[in-house]
Amino acid sequence: MEFDNEIPIYLQIMAMIKTDLVIGKILKGDKLLSTRDMAVALKVNPNTIARVYRELESESICFTKRGMGTFITEDESKIESLKEQLVDDYLSQFMKKMEQLNYSIGDIITKLKRFEEATHE
Amino acid sequence: MNDLVQCINLHKSYMTKKALQNVNLNFQKGKIIGLLGPNGSGKTTLMKIIADLHKQSAGEISICGEKPSHKTREYVAYMPTENFIYGWMRVKEAVEFYAEMYADFEKERALELLSFMEIDLKQKVSSLSTGQRARLKVTLIISRRAKIYMLDEPLNGLDPISRSKIKECIIDQFDSEGVMIISTHLVNEIEQILDEVVFLNHGEVILEGETENLRVQRGKSLEEIYKEVYGHA
Repeated sequence: MEFDNEIPIYLQIMAMIKTDLVIGKILKGDKLLSTRDMAVALKVNPNTIARVYRELESESICFTKRGMGTFITEDESKIESLKEQLVDDYLSQFMKKMEQLNYSIGDIITKLKRFEEATHE
Repeated sequence: MNDLVQCINLHKSYMTKKALQNVNLNFQKGKIIGLLGPNGSGKTTLMKIIADLHKQSAGEISICGEKPSHKTREYVAYMPTENFIYGWMRVKEAVEFYAEMYADFEKERALELLSFMEIDLKQKVSSLSTGQRARLKVTLIISRRAKIYMLDEPLNGLDPISRSKIKECIIDQFDSEGVMIISTHLVNEIEQILDEVVFLNHGEVILEGETENLRVQRGKSLEEIYKEVYGHA
């Protein structure tokens, strides 16, 4: 994984795990790599991974079984809401940029329809 | 006790040159710390004082609560930039030499790491390439069960594979009960494995902090902060 060093690494890894979960690369109940193995695999500080797991746990995306490791939640609705959240994040980024260009929602919808027609031709 | 290294108003002068000035630092266990700065900024001097190879001119330093001495040397593992392994030895002999010299040296671990590092035990140290020799140096230091590990410029002048292996070894072997201090000016290479950084310039600490916080505060990578701090783009 290539990191953008201008953004905290732990946030980038959290986003990566969330995306993997939404697209089904990781499934509910899956065991995540141990802190150290994940750190070695991504070539980052083990404390960074510990923080990622802690933060994901506080968002109820994973949980720790004592002595067994860190697992993805079994709660399907949590994954569903994560997907909603990711879509909302992307949309709000997109909207911010479009607003800077003085596009109204109506303009954007018209533009999106044309964009869809153009890509289907 | 979490503070493994504590420096209070540390000064060091060589003749008329001030190598360290008013350095106040605490290094806590479980952290990987980057000691950053251009050549001559005081990184090596600070490491040598921690390793009890130099004495400060003024100020205080404590290693696990004690003044540096032959006793603290037992739990300080320091890798200098120089080649400190005898060239006439074979790799295996160097490992045995270290095992005799340091009570906390774990021979099994060293042998395992050397196989990961792809270094042949039968080879003569003098016939190793620069990259292999650097990998051997790091292996010998990291195979100790110390509390304070210091690597002075572990990645300088190395090929990408050696750098990558050394980084992997640092991450994999890092002991959360100890502290790892790495000096470098190759910031880009190493910024993802540092918890905290200390920027030194002309012997003074000009910036320090947690790596992730610095990224948030400045919206920049450590490498860019480094360039900004030392004023060359």
